[in-house]
Amino acid sequence: MRRLKPFLTFGLMMAVFMLSGCSDMIVLDPKGPVGEEQKDLIMYSIWFMLFILLVVYALTAFIVYKYRDHKNHKGYDPDNEGSHLLETIWWIIPIIIVIALAIPTVNSIYSLEGPPEESKDQKPLVIHATSVNWKWVFSYPEQDIETVNYLHIPEDRPVLFKLTSADSMASFWVPQLGGQKYAMAGMETELYLQADEQGTYEGRNSNFTGEGFTNHTFDVMAMSDAEFEKWASETKADAPELSKGQYDKLMLPGHVKQMTFSSTHLDWVDHAKNAEYALDARKRLGYEEKLPHSKAGKEEKKKREEEMKKLEESESHGDSHAH
Amino acid sequence: MKWDEFFVTGDPMIYGADVSIVLTMVGILFYLTKYKKWKWLWDEWLTTVDHKKLGIMYIVSAVLMLFRGGVDALLMRTQLAVPEAKFLDSQHYNEIFTTHGTIMIIFMAMPFLIGLINVVVPLQIGARDVAYPYLNAVSFWTFFIGAMLFNISFVIGGSPSAGWTSYMPLASNELSPGPGQNYYLLGLQIAGIGTLLTGINFLVTILKMRAPGMTLFRMPMFTWSSLVTMVIIIFAFPILTVALALMTFDRLFGSHFFTLQGAGMDMLWANLFWLWGHPEVYIVILPAFGMFSEIISTFSRKTLFGYKAMIWSMLLIAGYSFLVWVHHFFTMGSGALVNSVFSITTMAIGIPTGVKIFNWLFTMYRGKIQFTTPMLWSLGFIVNFVIGGVTGVMLAMAAADYQYHNTYFLVSHFHYVLIAGTVFACFAGLIYWYPKMFGYKLNERIGKWVFWIFTIGFNVCFFPQYFLGLDGMPRRVYTYSEESGWGPLNMVSTIGGFMMGIAFLVLVYNMYYSFRFAKRETTGDAWDGRTLEWSTPTAMPPFYNFAKIPEVTGLDHFWRQKQAGKVEKLTANELKPIHMPSNSGVPFIMASFFFVAGFGMVFDWMWMAIIGLVGVFGTLIYRSFEYDDGYYVSVEEIIETEKISK
Repeated sequence: MRRLKPFLTFGLMMAVFMLSGCSDMIVLDPKGPVGEEQKDLIMYSIWFMLFILLVVYALTAFIVYKYRDHKNHKGYDPDNEGSHLLETIWWIIPIIIVIALAIPTVNSIYSLEGPPEESKDQKPLVIHATSVNWKWVFSYPEQDIETVNYLHIPEDRPVLFKLTSADSMASFWVPQLGGQKYAMAGMETELYLQADEQGTYEGRNSNFTGEGFTNHTFDVMAMSDAEFEKWASETKADAPELSKGQYDKLMLPGHVKQMTFSSTHLDWVDHAKNAEYALDARKRLGYEEKLPHSKAGKEEKKKREEEMKKLEESESHGDSHAH
Repeated sequence: MKWDEFFVTGDPMIYGADVSIVLTMVGILFYLTKYKKWKWLWDEWLTTVDHKKLGIMYIVSAVLMLFRGGVDALLMRTQLAVPEAKFLDSQHYNEIFTTHGTIMIIFMAMPFLIGLINVVVPLQIGARDVAYPYLNAVSFWTFFIGAMLFNISFVIGGSPSAGWTSYMPLASNELSPGPGQNYYLLGLQIAGIGTLLTGINFLVTILKMRAPGMTLFRMPMFTWSSLVTMVIIIFAFPILTVALALMTFDRLFGSHFFTLQGAGMDMLWANLFWLWGHPEVYIVILPAFGMFSEIISTFSRKTLFGYKAMIWSMLLIAGYSFLVWVHHFFTMGSGALVNSVFSITTMAIGIPTGVKIFNWLFTMYRGKIQFTTPMLWSLGFIVNFVIGGVTGVMLAMAAADYQYHNTYFLVSHFHYVLIAGTVFACFAGLIYWYPKMFGYKLNERIGKWVFWIFTIGFNVCFFPQYFLGLDGMPRRVYTYSEESGWGPLNMVSTIGGFMMGIAFLVLVYNMYYSFRFAKRETTGDAWDGRTLEWSTPTAMPPFYNFAKIPEVTGLDHFWRQKQAGKVEKLTANELKPIHMPSNSGVPFIMASFFFVAGFGMVFDWMWMAIIGLVGVFGTLIYRSFEYDDGYYVSVEEIIETEKISK
């Protein structure tokens, strides 16, 4: 019985975790149809996996217990070297399992490429999301407004994100709305998401991008259609315009608070077509990345942080409308 | 370059490391000088071409790297134990997870396995050495020098901090300036030469140097797995070599293969990296499978179940390993068709792997199972690896992977396969073949403690991480907020991590304890083994391995002989002089020049790089004109070594 201890402990641990954790985990608590579809797929696969574990563990426990070397050992057969029947069985069963998993997977892969089924007939809201170390710039081309590090979206309407990056490769991820996609310089990728419930959801870059990666985050506020329209038109009317000078400073590596502008950078640059823009802007501002552990590197970092503060102050006006 | 750029300064832990490195060096020099060990070191180790000694050096280096990588891991776990900890800053944390990943894969897992392959495979196939013993020494020394070059980065110049995957453009000059990333490129490049040479060397060894009668389908499973691994190495490593060279050009000579400027393609790096990187994970898992096959069969006292299916499944896995690399970046937006194809190929790898699991289980079925420590590690492997396997299939489902990608779910998955697979195998293999290498077993009682502490610690450390991943915790963050709610599970995980650290210390203590107190083996057959390495009359085989090359009549030849009571005794009149290769200091010197060249390139000091490269080519030319055909061991010497009475 002592030999079975690891299996028992393990099963117990797993059960405790499963029971206590499941509903709290944000990936399994989606707030939109995209996340919902992925959650269903995940749960479907988890049942298969638990079944597989159960079979393997039961078989292991049985064989190890029964054929351990002890007195009254029975059934020893040192030349038992295979069985066509058994081996055929365990070639076929995994094949069946893989097919059972592959069909819904491929289905989901294809359906996630487009807007959610339930809101197919609605025109999606288009938002350009641009990552620049370590901020997110969101442009609403139709509304002609731009935000930094936060998003407002209407509920029950698909949002088409056009993702790109000004420098390192980032990954745009709002776990409660759905899975992530990479944002790459000189490239544009598309991701459909939708919120079915009002609320604020955390979004982030999940792909490592260097020193400031940990706080490379943003907030997504899902609201009613009317509230969204109101916010967009007020922002357009009240927020300051984004100047090229301000935008250049945004290109410096660093963090800023949430910001709002009544025009977009798409007027003069699309990072999906111009991968060099951010590096050029840094050159224009006389910024050069230094060795992080050197004195020069530490001074450079301090200078950048001051630059970021000044930038935040230059936009004080729009802030009152951010929330 | 200023001093504050050359030396890493400002962190008390780094100063502590500086002091301990200097003290260790002084201690070693003092010991070697005081006990007049320099000549011994040079003659017995630095110039050796003996596969067993090279294997032991590989393993010793790997254990050292396991310590280094393990310390990295514990530093990370300490930082993550509580929310918003200030133990490490972001840059330092990034450097540590980068070196942890790189060291564990390239400088720990691979050399540990290659070390065991070196020690065991020639013995298993009844050969006296590998096909190219001199080349084998070159392999080891280039690996060792590559590892050293990579390791000094944390005190000189700064460590790389772009992750072990070093995605571009983050790893470019513009975003990661300085020597750190160059250390990664040059360290891996130099070590990679050694690995590729090992691939060629062992492929030829296994194909051409098997004892008479040992057909391919009579080879022990560990030899089979090594053969398949070598084929993967030969196909995969050139990709890494080219990719590293291209990035080196980008960083040192201003080319634009992967950069932001000049229409470079950063996705090309990700593709090339994983075109090598995915086969790489099978390079570190297939030898593990081979070892478990040997150990489970030995301690079930039964022949391996489904020998041919084991081989075919391994060949299938090897083939698939080149067809799945895109699953590392399903989120790159390659389109539904591409993601669907790679989802299916990836899931399909689960089929032959599942078959292997059942074959191992049925090897025990109707056996007589003995719970020795190597066997415990093998059973632990089955139980834990399956969890890594099924979560691997979950990750293979691209649509779901969009939610797992870049999270702790993934981190947990690959630790479940790499630790429960590769590391368990390294421990199991080390303990199993320890008497072959050193003439005595490791203490079994202490060994069982190591197993239980490590295995429980491993599960406590990594199992919670699946849930952290599903709760949205991304990998590679250096801290997290209180509100995220990730604190408690991270604390649990950290406790598990430290249990693994304790288990490692107990393992090292066991080596010391057994060195002092273990009973010395009197025969070559410490575990009642089945394969040829156990058939040598002495516990540690003599440098020429076999006085007379055995003739093989079937699978598990040695065990069947024992069963039939027909183990042949060697007689003096069947001995012939043995041809053996001479020792050579050239591989060590060549590798030292590689170090000079690598160090010069790391700091962009081209004069130094050129001196080093001239040295490398000089040693190559020297070797080409060296007419040393080795030497013969006389029959008298063999008789004396084997203690045969006339």
